[in-house]
Amino acid sequence: MTAQIEAENIAFSYSHDMAKAIFRNVSFSVHSGDVLCLLGPNGTGKSTLLKCLINILRVQQGRILLNGRDLSEFKLPEVARSIGYVPQGLMSAFPFRIKDIIIMGRAPHLSILASPSRADMEIAYRAMETVGLTPLADRPCNSVSGGEWQLTLIARALVQEPQILLLDEPTSHLDLGNQVKILQVIQDLADRGMTIIMASHTPDHAFLVSNIVAIMNNGGIAQKGAPEDVITDDNLRKTYGVDVRVVRLEDGSLSKACFPALKKPAR
Amino acid sequence: MKSAPPQIADKTSPGKAAKLQITLIVLLVGVSIFSLMSGPMDIRPGTVVRILTSRLLPMQPDWPATLESVIMDVRLPRLLAGLLIGAGLSISGAAFQGLFRNPLVSPHILGVSAGAGFGAALAILFFGNIFMVQLLSFCFGLIAVWMTYALSRIYRSTPVLMLVLAGIIVGALFSAATSLLKYIADPVNQMPSIVFWLLGSLNNASNKDIAVVGPIMLAGTASLYLIRWRINLLTMGEEDARSLGVDTARIRGVIIVSATFISAAAVCISGIIGWVGLVIPHIGRLLVGADNKHLLPVATLIGAIYLVSVDTIARTAMETEIPIGILTAIVGAPVFAYLLRKNRPGW
Repeated sequence: MTAQIEAENIAFSYSHDMAKAIFRNVSFSVHSGDVLCLLGPNGTGKSTLLKCLINILRVQQGRILLNGRDLSEFKLPEVARSIGYVPQGLMSAFPFRIKDIIIMGRAPHLSILASPSRADMEIAYRAMETVGLTPLADRPCNSVSGGEWQLTLIARALVQEPQILLLDEPTSHLDLGNQVKILQVIQDLADRGMTIIMASHTPDHAFLVSNIVAIMNNGGIAQKGAPEDVITDDNLRKTYGVDVRVVRLEDGSLSKACFPALKKPAR
Repeated sequence: MKSAPPQIADKTSPGKAAKLQITLIVLLVGVSIFSLMSGPMDIRPGTVVRILTSRLLPMQPDWPATLESVIMDVRLPRLLAGLLIGAGLSISGAAFQGLFRNPLVSPHILGVSAGAGFGAALAILFFGNIFMVQLLSFCFGLIAVWMTYALSRIYRSTPVLMLVLAGIIVGALFSAATSLLKYIADPVNQMPSIVFWLLGSLNNASNKDIAVVGPIMLAGTASLYLIRWRINLLTMGEEDARSLGVDTARIRGVIIVSATFISAAAVCISGIIGWVGLVIPHIGRLLVGADNKHLLPVATLIGAIYLVSVDTIARTAMETEIPIGILTAIVGAPVFAYLLRKNRPGW
């Protein structure tokens, strides 16, 4: 089975100097229905990697294959029809209604002169139903909560009708209830066959939804594999530089969770 | 919060926008006819309509030839200039506000009016005829925006931010150059001409002018109208629009070229009319919301209605004509302040 998206030794640098590369020699492959969780400290290039995967940043070395074809041969709308992207920290300068935002996801399917049709609006309403936003369709987008805004952006990505969804820290700045709501949506989408790559700062979330974890650190992928194998006391200490214990819950659910340990004050 | 079922919400929203557009078109026709009636010589509405239709249908004239000349050669070109300029500046303003992701932007932000003002002052100083004033103001309007664009390309950073900064630089340069020309101009004849030209007036609009700049302005307005939904995508930012497959450089190019030609053409026949391109899009947003799909046509219509109304006041309120650039601000500012207070929009 060929991988749906595959990176072969890719490297990216914001300057021409490859010595200052954000990451290099990064390779991984993701198959249909996989959920890949990218972990790693701030500034290790998780967001940059996601932007390379949708071609808005171009890798300088190596290549990315989308369904077996070199990504650099794709035009932007082609990529956007295959890969939906949920950015981090996006704000709207104008008070668009929620449905105006979500319908923007139809852009890669429409010609430059076209406006969305009734059929496009129906696709948008279906996406709103999927994430549970229908009652907010007519609300101005600057009056919704952080969790609702994140769901709006996920719905917008679904309206692109992609096979792959990239999410950049989808649970950041959200309360526990909204974090779980977003994770539930991600899991439901994965169950329906959507391939998902998400950047996260919470190893617990990797245990909850992902089947592959990659830890980015020091300009590359330090560890890669099943969450069970990768998220260990040792690896987390190496990655984040703090003491963390990974504990299995004793309620028979086989769930695991991470507990950071603070240094005891010296008496 | 109460919400209508999707099917109903879907039908009512475009229906409401369409109803508003029809209302505005009716209002526009009414204001236009009123404008043709008003002036030193009052003409009855029936006569106005009959004179206009006599150009399309064979009709026996039962009105004096002077009336026909007043309507066709004096008031009609001025009305058309008002319609085109009001519509053009408003749609450019709305498109620029989307492009620059900022509701405080006007069509003049890239320096078009500063350049055009310089061109006009130069022509008044060295040629002193209206044709050269129009030609040079149009050309320098385009040159200023081209300079802004070229300057913004020097740095490899956020293109939109660099455009704004380059526009400020080029605008300042041309304003200073215009001041210099005013300073060296003959204070009896040339300097007042420059000052009056800069204040703006539709007084000089002739049928010939409309025949030349009309097509330019209509073409610019039509291109902005056609890409209006894509402007929504640009408002989310360069990177986000590209992630949705939008060719941002192309859309940006269409907006800048269209708005620049519209503004340069407007300025060359009317002088500098500020305020319209900044405020009319806001009034449109209060009526139909932020979606540019509905906003652009509505702002275009309101802009036309507004400028024709203000110009009618400018030429009838007092014995001598009030410069329209002054009046657009005096009428517009309190109305805008009131609307903001009343509606508390969410931006």
